[in-house]
Amino acid sequence: MSSETIHTEHHDDHAEHDTMTKKRIWNVFFILLGITVIEFIIALWLVPQHHIPVTAANPIYIVLTLFKAFFIVAYFMHLKFERIGLVFAIIVPVLFIIGLILVLTNESHHWIDLRAF
Amino acid sequence: MSTTVSPIDEVKTTPWAGGRSPFAVEYGKMMMWFFLLSDAFTFSSLLISYGALRFSSNAWPAPDLVFQSVPGMIEHGAPLVFVGLMTFILIMSSVTMVLAVEAGHRNAKKEVIGWMIGTIIGGLMFLGCQALEWSHLHSEGFWWGAIPNMETLKELFHGAPSTTYAHQFANLFFTITGFHGFHVFSGVVINIIITINVLKGTYEKRGSYLMVEKVGLYWHFVDLVWVFVFTFFYLV
Repeated sequence: MSSETIHTEHHDDHAEHDTMTKKRIWNVFFILLGITVIEFIIALWLVPQHHIPVTAANPIYIVLTLFKAFFIVAYFMHLKFERIGLVFAIIVPVLFIIGLILVLTNESHHWIDLRAF
Repeated sequence: MSTTVSPIDEVKTTPWAGGRSPFAVEYGKMMMWFFLLSDAFTFSSLLISYGALRFSSNAWPAPDLVFQSVPGMIEHGAPLVFVGLMTFILIMSSVTMVLAVEAGHRNAKKEVIGWMIGTIIGGLMFLGCQALEWSHLHSEGFWWGAIPNMETLKELFHGAPSTTYAHQFANLFFTITGFHGFHVFSGVVINIIITINVLKGTYEKRGSYLMVEKVGLYWHFVDLVWVFVFTFFYLV
């Protein structure tokens, strides 16, 4: 039994050392930089030149931002290589934040009718 | 003497069977994760109130008009250039941090020191940029509870200017970027402490650079928050 435990721990150790190499770090950096450049192209060229409307640009920004957040948390913060239990312990509470965002954006569309100014 | 163990007496080795941490991370690292989660809730509540106020407004200072200067160089007509530089600096310092962690895994003390110093410089550069940005907005007349005169405000809105929404923008901008800047400042201080410890050889004696990994988590979180602040204040 104990030999099996040692074996699995050794395996985890090995997996962790394999995960974040220098090459991978720079790959993630260029992905983050690339996404930021795309955001700038949208903000400085596509929207001012009326290639796409602002109402379409905003959801695109949010999706791109969530992509950046994924890469930072998964690779730089190493969460992708942690045990599934820890991943869920961190990710599931964030769903409450998303819930609050949905409630309050919906609510704020009604507040606009209540404003007297 | 029977050598067979009945299934009910068998010691289970699954992660949740007890006897060891199901998360398989060191205590301090797990606590750092939970602290960051609570910090994420704080920042979210700030950003969500910003979103709710902005969505329910009829007008809002336009980001491409408010943030169109590079302090000390270009006064007008360079929207998002300066904040782009700030974003690049912070992402760059995140990369040096993760390289320090990577060097720590190999117990390469000199490399850890080099990358940590790089991270500290990046953090200080970001703080300097933010100080310039703040003083620029302050010179225009923005501050907590203060807004520029009507003449200036007309140039900052695409439509008719509103003093109410300009006030909301000023308060939210300085509160949220200030709270983030305070995190960056704490991060730089913590990074300096850890670098001193690395120089003294504390972690070399301990045999692991896990502390570098823990402050690394904090530093990446600061970067992560900036990604959101950047999107919601400067792009949207």
